[in-house]
Amino acid sequence: MKFKVRGIDTFASTGGRPFDKNKPLIIFVHGSGLSHMVWVLQTRYFAFRGYSVLAIDLPGHGLSSGESLKTIEEMGDWVGDVIEAVGCKEASLVGHSQGCLITMECVAQHPEKIKTLTLMGGASAIPMNPELLKLAEESNPKAVDLMMDFAHGPAGHFGGHPVPGLYHLNVGSMIVQNKEIKDTLGVDFRACDNYKNGPEVAKKLDLPTLSILGAQDRMCRLKDGKILADYIKGSEVKIIEDCGHMMLLEEADQTLEILKKFIAEHYPLPS
Amino acid sequence: MDPKTYKFDTLSLHAGYQPSKNAGSRQVPIYQTTSYMFDDVDHAAALFNLERGGHIYSRMSNPTVQVLEERVCALEGGTAALATASGMSAIFLTIMTLCNAGDHMVVSSQLYGGTVNLFRLTLPKFGIKTTFVKPRDTEGFKKAIQPNTKGIFGELVGNPGNELMNMPEVSNIAKEAGIPLIIDSTYQTPYLCRPFEHGADLVVHSLTKWMSGNGSSMAGILVEGGTFDWMQNDKFPTMTEPYEGYHGLSFAEEFGPTAFTMMARAEGMRDMGPCLAPQNAWNILHGLETLSLRMEKHCSNALKMVEYLSNHESVAWVSHASAPGHPDKELAEKILPKGTGSMIAFGIKGGKEAGAAFINNVKLASHLANVGDARTLVIHPASATHSQMDEATLKFAGLSHDMIRLSVGLEDFDDIVNDFEDGFRAAKKPRLVANK
Repeated sequence: MKFKVRGIDTFASTGGRPFDKNKPLIIFVHGSGLSHMVWVLQTRYFAFRGYSVLAIDLPGHGLSSGESLKTIEEMGDWVGDVIEAVGCKEASLVGHSQGCLITMECVAQHPEKIKTLTLMGGASAIPMNPELLKLAEESNPKAVDLMMDFAHGPAGHFGGHPVPGLYHLNVGSMIVQNKEIKDTLGVDFRACDNYKNGPEVAKKLDLPTLSILGAQDRMCRLKDGKILADYIKGSEVKIIEDCGHMMLLEEADQTLEILKKFIAEHYPLPS
Repeated sequence: MDPKTYKFDTLSLHAGYQPSKNAGSRQVPIYQTTSYMFDDVDHAAALFNLERGGHIYSRMSNPTVQVLEERVCALEGGTAALATASGMSAIFLTIMTLCNAGDHMVVSSQLYGGTVNLFRLTLPKFGIKTTFVKPRDTEGFKKAIQPNTKGIFGELVGNPGNELMNMPEVSNIAKEAGIPLIIDSTYQTPYLCRPFEHGADLVVHSLTKWMSGNGSSMAGILVEGGTFDWMQNDKFPTMTEPYEGYHGLSFAEEFGPTAFTMMARAEGMRDMGPCLAPQNAWNILHGLETLSLRMEKHCSNALKMVEYLSNHESVAWVSHASAPGHPDKELAEKILPKGTGSMIAFGIKGGKEAGAAFINNVKLASHLANVGDARTLVIHPASATHSQMDEATLKFAGLSHDMIRLSVGLEDFDDIVNDFEDGFRAAKKPRLVANK
């Protein structure tokens, strides 16, 4: 659905169900250069199980208008505004990669609005390889190829997509290339590289938090994901073996099962 | 710093398959199965509602067929693929997913005869009309587009006359009109050309041909490039508007670069059911393992054959994009740099009668209705593959009665030539042959 946030047309997938502000809201926040489309194997499930779902396209990404926001702090604040813009008071957040930094910042800035936090493929800092950053800021398609290489584990590189017939690497690549690379991926990579507040923000989080980590993640390595989880008081950690950074697609079923249990325990539907 | 993603030859052996998820089996297993257990009622509901991936029933998807789909998708550089029972069913499924009654297609006139008949005779029964355009008439494609046109379809190298469609320029025309370009790339395989790199949006193949190479199994495939924005205009409501069959799902919104394949599977395979048998998928996978090696040899034999035929006293003309003076030679060098394939059309002196004598007297070359086998194949299109066309359609499609269609195989080149010499000798005395 389309709605206005700060006067800008914003798109979010509702998982195939009409949005209902009276249902518990889960917001999914994508990673660098990506869009709502990466979440389809999680969002539809919750949307058809009594939740309202918003898989948002960040400003300038996917089907949202406007320009990409320049800092993780701005993005975190913007996600807080999304909750109000759709007429809700609170939400659970699910972030992937850069989306983890954004959702942590959102909790830091809007603690009263956020009930639970799920971090997939996260780290407290995501410093960028300078060459990769430069390629992305120059809109060089090689940046996308490198990102897809780093982001995928064995399932991505060999195949075996949970949805028959889809080929991981090229799906991700086309989502990113749907927009001018420098305007989305370039801006996002720079924002990640500049963001230094992660450890301090993480240490202050005080809400049910789940980290889902890929054992073979080369974008945000397992050890960095564990360090982030250690910063967060009482954080649960689930590790998916033989999985890279794109667990939400590469091992979509395992990811969904872990998320289902966490949401059912900490953000249940009203009885 | 370069990406370390696997390259073409590696993908042809490995893409789409992980032994660790299949009992360690190095070769792809044949899942000769129809249906798949659900964990519980919730799992079943989620699979049926496209909330999660997985197999339900082999009409929709099958684990062996899935490997083939991903492998071809990887080789083509696509986002998604859907295998079908034959190349024709892949084309039919594509058009039925793209069009509704009242819609229109612009189609190259030089196509496999069965495809011509599909567009000319069968699709009008469903209210889908076609304007045919000669493949070299690039401006003609533009002029033929109507407000209700939903796509441009063509074979890059037309069957059987070997005329090339200018894919990059026709792609620009399609983009300007906001419609997808669909290429039947059977003749090329992704080894010779990856149409998505030249502006195509959807690719179809008969996998029965070079992709398999062994002449054992029928199969087809639709591959999506993920390049086409279905939401750019209001021409494709079935892709962009809520679809009743899946509780109001908008395929374009939810699935983006894989939307077309998702819809073709969810609706087309569900309702029409042209599914590929797992044994056939496995046979095609076997062929794909040697695709590069075979295509190299096909092309090198074809080049020698063009030279041999061009200098033969019994041959009136030769059409192959590598041949000197071929009108599309420059375009072919641009978009087919690894070779222009192994299909050759040639005219035999003495016309139809001589052609019949030639075909009746070659012994190594097989006379049959297929192309792309590892073995050399010959046929007289006007009396076989394209025989259901009337004279005017034959002429418009660029077919002549003296034309012989040759699919050059992998045999020793000298043996093919010796066989052809027998055929040409007999062709000089067609009456004797006809009376024998």
